[in-house]
Amino acid sequence: MLNPYEIRRDFPILRRKIGGNQLIYFDNAASSQKPIQVLEAVKSFYETSYANVHRGVHTLSQEASELYEEAHREVAEFINAEGIEEIIFVRGTTEAINLVAYTFGLKELTSRDEVVVTLMDHHSNIVPWEILSRIKGFRLRYVGLTEEGLLNYQALSETLTPKTRLVCIPHVSNVTGIINDVRKIARMAHEHEALIFVDGAQSVPHMPVDVKALDVDFLAFSGHKMLAPTGIGVLYCKRRLLEEMAPFHGGGSMIKQVTYDKESERCIIEWSGLPWKFEAGTPNIGGGIGLMKAVEYLRKIGMENVERHEKELTRYALERLGELEKVQVIGSQDISIKSGIIPFLVEKFDSHDIALFLDNFGIMVRSGFHCAQPLHQQLGIRHTVRASFYIYNTQEEIDKFVQTLGQL
Amino acid sequence: MPIQDYVARIEETCGEEKDFIIVLKYEKKEDAISKILKKATLIKSISGIIYDLKFQKTSFRLYKNGKMIFKKLKNKKEVEALLEALLS
Repeated sequence: MLNPYEIRRDFPILRRKIGGNQLIYFDNAASSQKPIQVLEAVKSFYETSYANVHRGVHTLSQEASELYEEAHREVAEFINAEGIEEIIFVRGTTEAINLVAYTFGLKELTSRDEVVVTLMDHHSNIVPWEILSRIKGFRLRYVGLTEEGLLNYQALSETLTPKTRLVCIPHVSNVTGIINDVRKIARMAHEHEALIFVDGAQSVPHMPVDVKALDVDFLAFSGHKMLAPTGIGVLYCKRRLLEEMAPFHGGGSMIKQVTYDKESERCIIEWSGLPWKFEAGTPNIGGGIGLMKAVEYLRKIGMENVERHEKELTRYALERLGELEKVQVIGSQDISIKSGIIPFLVEKFDSHDIALFLDNFGIMVRSGFHCAQPLHQQLGIRHTVRASFYIYNTQEEIDKFVQTLGQL
Repeated sequence: MPIQDYVARIEETCGEEKDFIIVLKYEKKEDAISKILKKATLIKSISGIIYDLKFQKTSFRLYKNGKMIFKKLKNKKEVEALLEALLS
């Protein structure tokens, strides 16, 4: 079992007061807070072992390289990847999606192809494909939602054709918290010989995710939503695909050799092995080490416990919010298919009004579109307020939150 | 310039109907709130935390924690002009 009160001791920021009120942080779907173990690991790295990674023969470079590679190993084990060759460190989920678009997409997709995305997606899993479809001429097909705000699997099934090359879906909606059946969608995509790309930004930090069991081809997630620093994220990709894919950025580290050929007056380039072929330039080494510590921290708690705790908080929050007549929770309230995200509105108030009101009491929630405007259009609402939970949140915080909303 | 003295940030939200969220400078917020409340017409106060106000035919909300929301304004210039008048 997870004890949030013990966990809270590891998070210095949670001791902060805002306007005289104890901070209540319910904006975890946007970014998580950081435990002292992660902060110390990053600090210690810069204080004792910092140097640039790879190709350095000196002691510090060796130490930094080992730590950085260990970070890849830790992440590979966390999501049950084959090995570090399948783990590319990027800036975050957005960069991971762009990497796939501008490597796999640019090379493989043609005007005869179709790419499927959903109206449930975050803008970051829509915009790169929209941009690329304008360059390459492939057709982008959108799958909508059911009345309850769930992904319409029937419509998805009807959208898949022999022309479909890639299916892009969010594992968990960043607005409604609805968990999509990735295994089922992967099977549907593979039956059509299409690949599946999963935006795991809202799933990997909150539940067990096993890339082999789900049989996904690509999975992207961000470190900052799972206790790690900002500027570090992960793209998982099946090794056989990465071997075929061209590099994303060119520069140092991602090449084995660059030789000038006098005859052709060109440089002949040989790429580095995986995953380094996709990590050009000096990487975010400190961020990678922070991510490793964050993953260690989560594994120690156990992702099943993380998921159970968040579901329990969500169930409790939905029950308490149900006591307030003027509060309308948006979307399905079925806990079995929902993560720790609750979108809601309060009668006669705009989402920003509600968030600013709660801010007066030290309660941090997000308001607006949450970078998912098409989803809001589908739901027929302008904005939502989003409360999202994590390992350090408690039922007492939910009580304070509901009591405060009641004053509005 | 009153804006430079009192306003920390003007944030424009995304979407078709843009809102402008104004964050007053923390150390000057009490002074700024007092100036605004004197100049604008109070429509209603909610829990003493949110003030529904009207100034030069524009409705807006002021929060006790030093934030404001302007809705349905065309652009940032319009917001700045109102703030200049409210805070001068």
